Amino acid sequence: MIAVPQPASADYRLPLHRRRKLINFIALALSLAAMAFGLVWLVWILWDTLWLGVQGLSASIFLQDTPPPNSDGGGLRNAIVGTLVMVLSATAVGTPIGILAGIYLAEYGQRGWLGSVTRFINDILLSAPSIVIGLFVYTIIVAQTRTFSAYAGVIALALIVIPVVIRTTENMLALIPNALREATFALGAPKWIMIRRVTLKAARAGVVTGVLLALARIAGETAPLLFTALSNQFFTLNMGEPMANLPVTIFKFAMSPFSNWQQMAWVGVFLITVGVLVLNILARVLFRQKH
Amino acid sequence: MDATLSETSFRKEAQTVQMPEEPPARRSGRLGDVIFLNLTRGAAILTLLLLAGILLSLVIGAWPSIREFGLRFLWTAEWDPVQEKFGGLVMIYGTLMTSLIALIIAVPVSFGIALFLTELSPKWLKRPLGTAIELLAAIPSIVYGMWGLLVFAPILSKYVQQPLQAVFTGVPVLGSLFSGAPVGIGILSAGIILAIMIIPFIAAVMRDVFEVTPPMLKESAYGVGATTWEVVWRVVLPYTKAGVVGGIMLGLGRALGETMAVTFVIGNFNQLNSLSLFEAANSITSALANEFAEATPGLHEASLIYLGLILFFITLVVLSFSKYLLLQLKKREGSRT
Repeated sequence: MIAVPQPASADYRLPLHRRRKLINFIALALSLAAMAFGLVWLVWILWDTLWLGVQGLSASIFLQDTPPPNSDGGGLRNAIVGTLVMVLSATAVGTPIGILAGIYLAEYGQRGWLGSVTRFINDILLSAPSIVIGLFVYTIIVAQTRTFSAYAGVIALALIVIPVVIRTTENMLALIPNALREATFALGAPKWIMIRRVTLKAARAGVVTGVLLALARIAGETAPLLFTALSNQFFTLNMGEPMANLPVTIFKFAMSPFSNWQQMAWVGVFLITVGVLVLNILARVLFRQKH
Repeated sequence: MDATLSETSFRKEAQTVQMPEEPPARRSGRLGDVIFLNLTRGAAILTLLLLAGILLSLVIGAWPSIREFGLRFLWTAEWDPVQEKFGGLVMIYGTLMTSLIALIIAVPVSFGIALFLTELSPKWLKRPLGTAIELLAAIPSIVYGMWGLLVFAPILSKYVQQPLQAVFTGVPVLGSLFSGAPVGIGILSAGIILAIMIIPFIAAVMRDVFEVTPPMLKESAYGVGATTWEVVWRVVLPYTKAGVVGGIMLGLGRALGETMAVTFVIGNFNQLNSLSLFEAANSITSALANEFAEATPGLHEASLIYLGLILFFITLVVLSFSKYLLLQLKKREGSRT
């Protein structure tokens, strides 16, 4: 007869059992602590930004240009307008390219080397250091034209927009069921009509989400602007010359020892943070409504 | 003869069926297809060219410095714009060290957060907390940098650096590790700020990969009496190993290439005499941010571009590795479900 192994007595197993429960308890407590740790920073940073930013907020921020050091008054008008101009133009330049490439990846290049290589490269560009993008645009544009310009800044930002839009466009198109595509083909529509009128339309909310996220991403980008658009203490709409923008102005002001500049930097950071968070939340709401 | 006859008649028929004057709509459809395909393919090729263009332009821009200093650049610490002697060791050390500190802090915390979000959190809390972490990832790095300089550095100096110095002054190794002016600026603060910045990235990836673990595996483990921790440590983690490492590499890539968060708090001072965590130092990105716009064209500018090229190369390797690992996990997920 085969001896059936008897379960060890409860007394014998108790220490091990207790140890396992203890380890479990400690691990879960640490996990809870990690979560709290992460949230503390979020709340702390947001609180400081909002509190210090709101204090400096006034109408003159939007109506006057950046002040000289150690003086009263002044605002961020030139930087705000410059950021809006450059961010919007960069989105306008980058979005069509991003959407087209995204369409290629999702509709034409699922297989084949071009599709997979582009997908791989795009994911790398997505997290590539943005300061290197700045260097790239510097060497191909600024070094050739011999002047810092808003154009160069726009191109640098557009190069950051493209991978973000490609990524979301491809993902969103991939969510569209194939039955829709087949039904369109069955009606005799050519492929490009199918993409334009059916899949792209069905994925519209997702694609717009991607564009909003790209906007949010470049709104606070500083590194690629440092040696492309540089900064400008005066108001200008001339794209051929250096243009003021919030991130570089914040960088300059926060690193300075002048208290009025530092205060102004907090206001700038406040504006950017609020803008970025609003864009992100908007993108989420839009996406959730549709999917 | 019969055959040819019937063939020709068949052909004629086929012709009449297939192409009676093609309706203009269909012709434009076909033309449109060709144009559209090439348009989208052109955009895709453009992104490929972008990467090649970046590499090429950096190599060309850095060429004078590469020719002058060669690979010696990597381990020479001297950086003297006046005598035109350049070496990148100080910056490379700063970049690697700050990223290392960031990873040491961020990896366990992100793991804890991902564990909490996937296994512990009550359902109603999962979404808001996940969203909060993702929003943290969306905040521009300049906000972290400025906050680090104006708020965090003074606090670090007062409550961490000065007590440590008080205790360890005179102690051989530890004493020199904590020396430096009590302003809370240097490698350590840069590492901490970077950690805060990359926690959301790593945590979000880890949470996503934890969620691909088949419920069947987890439930089986719970079924034989495993605790939550044992399920995560022995089942979820081994299953998602590649994805977890991929997420960490993604965070590392971010940390290496981050500019603003580091530039504000690292102190931007070219020295390697003291390895103190509180001494001002320099990183590749902060050197670029501070010096590039003012660098004289020539060897100085080329050396800075050389630094950028090194940075791009390192992040390229790290990110490719990360991407490869994440793809690995995806493939496995595909084959099992």
